[in-house]
Amino acid sequence: MSTTDLTLDPDEPAHRNPDAGKAREAFRSVTRDVAWIAEAPKPHKLWLAVLAVALVMFGIGLYSIYVLVTTGIGVWGNSNTVDWAWDITNFVWWIGIGHAGTLISAVLYLTRQTWRVSINRSAEAMTIFAVMCAGLFPLLHTGRPWFAWWMIPHPNDMQMWPQFRSPLMWDVFAVTTYMLTSILFWFMGMVPDLATFRDRFAAKGDKVRAIIYGLLSLGWRGSARQWHRYERAYLILAGLATPLVFSVHSVVSFDFATSQLPGWHTTIFPPYFVAGAIFSGFAMVFTLLIPARHLFNLKHIIKDEHVEAACKIMLGTGMMVGLAYATEFFIAWYSGNLFEGFTFINRAFGPFWWAYFLMVGCNVLVPQAFWFKRVRRTPVIIFCLCILINVGMWFERFVIIATSLARSFLPAQWSEYSPTRYDIGLFVGTLGLFFTLFLLFFRFAPVIAISEVKGAMPEAHAGKKH
Amino acid sequence: MTDQTHDLTGPGAIHEGRLYGVLAEYDTPGELVDAARKVRDAGFTEFDCYSPFPVHGIDEAMGIKRTILPVLIFGGGCAGTVGGLLLQWWCNAYNWPWNISGKPTWSIPANIPIAFETTILLAVFTSFFGMWILNKLPQVWHPFFRNERFNHVTDDAFLLGIEARDRRFDAEGTPKLLADAGAIGVENVYLDPDPSSRHMPKWITAFIVASTAFALIPFAIAAKARTSHSSEPHIHIFPDMDFQPKYKSDQAMDLFADGRENRGEIAGTIARGSLNADDLFYRGLVPSDTGGAWTTGFPKQLDVTEQLMKRGKNRFEIYCTPCHGYDGRGVGAVAQRVAATGGVWLARNLVDASNPVAIHMPNGQLFNTISNGYNTMMGYAAQIPHADRWAIVLYVRALQRSQNALLEDVPPDHRSGMQMPEAPTP
Repeated sequence: MSTTDLTLDPDEPAHRNPDAGKAREAFRSVTRDVAWIAEAPKPHKLWLAVLAVALVMFGIGLYSIYVLVTTGIGVWGNSNTVDWAWDITNFVWWIGIGHAGTLISAVLYLTRQTWRVSINRSAEAMTIFAVMCAGLFPLLHTGRPWFAWWMIPHPNDMQMWPQFRSPLMWDVFAVTTYMLTSILFWFMGMVPDLATFRDRFAAKGDKVRAIIYGLLSLGWRGSARQWHRYERAYLILAGLATPLVFSVHSVVSFDFATSQLPGWHTTIFPPYFVAGAIFSGFAMVFTLLIPARHLFNLKHIIKDEHVEAACKIMLGTGMMVGLAYATEFFIAWYSGNLFEGFTFINRAFGPFWWAYFLMVGCNVLVPQAFWFKRVRRTPVIIFCLCILINVGMWFERFVIIATSLARSFLPAQWSEYSPTRYDIGLFVGTLGLFFTLFLLFFRFAPVIAISEVKGAMPEAHAGKKH
Repeated sequence: MTDQTHDLTGPGAIHEGRLYGVLAEYDTPGELVDAARKVRDAGFTEFDCYSPFPVHGIDEAMGIKRTILPVLIFGGGCAGTVGGLLLQWWCNAYNWPWNISGKPTWSIPANIPIAFETTILLAVFTSFFGMWILNKLPQVWHPFFRNERFNHVTDDAFLLGIEARDRRFDAEGTPKLLADAGAIGVENVYLDPDPSSRHMPKWITAFIVASTAFALIPFAIAAKARTSHSSEPHIHIFPDMDFQPKYKSDQAMDLFADGRENRGEIAGTIARGSLNADDLFYRGLVPSDTGGAWTTGFPKQLDVTEQLMKRGKNRFEIYCTPCHGYDGRGVGAVAQRVAATGGVWLARNLVDASNPVAIHMPNGQLFNTISNGYNTMMGYAAQIPHADRWAIVLYVRALQRSQNALLEDVPPDHRSGMQMPEAPTP
């Protein structure tokens, strides 16, 4: 055999499939359009500016934590009557935001919504960062965060076990499982793309980053035998994450529903909380992605159709939330329970009436704008509406928690509530932490699921005879 | 895409080391699938396809068997359910049964949420770690990485690699087969001639060993702490909650001349509602020249009625029966329990006619005994209001009467069935 037989010229038309050049260019362009963000020698100026703001906010949060831990939770506005306030409001708000990430990556995967591939990576990252922020609040609310490990069942000197019949303990297990699952799912999805980064940095001769991404990609080779098990595992993880995400927010709602307090003691809470979580999570995803896709030229990957589909989901879940508000009022009247009736009248017309109307306005009225195609196609308007929805969902949790506690059974227990600067500082701090992590993620990680996008392109079937 | 084409056999080839395998590049996913089918049909087993995304149909073309992973995950999930339930049962129902509001220590509904979460968690761990283990990853180095074409697999390249260890591998025929299947490039891949490059650098090994040893230090400290004793007080991270700048009862205090932190009542003062000027009602005393004598009657504030008697019975059975017994004979539950464990418990027999100390006590003295105690009996003034103490006195009097009653004390129309049956006359 002569060696010339095998010296094939890639540009020799006789050997080439006519579509091949176009297909390969399409794949390359996806890689390039995502990887350039991490490869750019200097970050975008706006990125630096936002990061600086986020770090300052995070610093405020760290100071608030320092004061809180060294003094005690008396620095918060919580009192004997309103013993859950901003802390638990923020916890539920952040956890809920996280849920959209899992929904996009798992539920939309199982239902074969291929448009998810453009946003799932950043949505999953958002999940993890949101759960990190959420976890801070109950941890700090214990007052002795350094004893948090007592919640882990382990043999100890005190001869004590956790009380597994308490919804707060269920919370520990649900949120921990959710956090670990989200991290593993996110990391696993990222491995093939980290391998892409490894190979690109190696080709550029950037040894340090090639080694870092090489270690993170675990030596991924893109082999068909590996892809086979990888895809199986990915599908099953999606199948596991789906019931998990519903269980997590149901368990969070049990914190309230299993208590005796009017306004909390209700069976509607699990579905109501899950719908609200998805609603607020989608709003947060697009609060982040609408500026990001503009800033990093990703509009041809995160397409207008994808944003429009998300708007429809927000419209749907927003109306579910509205239905839940109406059902609560109806049941308060229909049950004939004096306390329940008073609680709901008090929510709408009591001292926190403004919070109630902010909640209804932002969560029920605002999403109605998504009925109009022009709104669903105008990113600036969507961005503003998403922020309003985030505000509304924060107030929903505040209304549920604070108004119910401030006006419970006995008028002698009634009290008012106002946050202190440390309540506000910690909340600002978690926003800072969230944005800091998200900005770092956007700069250093594959922000789009490159391999999934390629697999969902029509070119993925190039050269097939049947 | 690359102009590098190598002479596979000539002297200029970069075959410094042993031949590892052959890599062929295909232009499109479809051609890769077709080539994979041909390679499989030719009987190769040690081959694999490499692509930037999972190519549809390649599993079937290569003849990849379905992975066992789902079965493992199912097993992991089951272990999670059983483990979660066992954990909760063992902790809360077996090792330390914990009564919370009288609810059952073991009730499935309350234990489902955690069992559900542990199910998911172990299934997730099995999927994640099981997948990497079955894929033999992490393996950060592979001979194919030496090939320039291979580094485009994660971008836009579709490669098929056959390893030289395959028993059908043939240094000439195999590349030809791949080329005939439509490859746009076929290259041999050799191992690095330097054997040390195939091993992990020593410093990485040293780092892993050192960091592993370092990570074990906390566990070693915990293990030592569990097997040894320490007389040191435990560490207070933030001591201000444990040691607060305040005085607790009965501490010494320099501020006052007597050095006591507790301040007693100021002489000549009395708390509101505590005057209790009526000696008869509050202390059972009748004023007399010698400073007071025990009353034999009842204070005028109380009507001695059946109602008061019933109240006295009720209070007696709450406060007095544990020691004195329901019949007042001094054999209550406490006395019986102490006797059963071999101890001695002296509770006065209130109704004993043969040693009638309590029977002869005036009402005032009985009242005083209930209020202030007697020998080892403690005073009940703090628990039982004055009027109730008088009611108990009344009931004790009734007990003393009834426990020593004769048939003559019973009204004639109630006597039937009480008499001893007469002995039969022979």
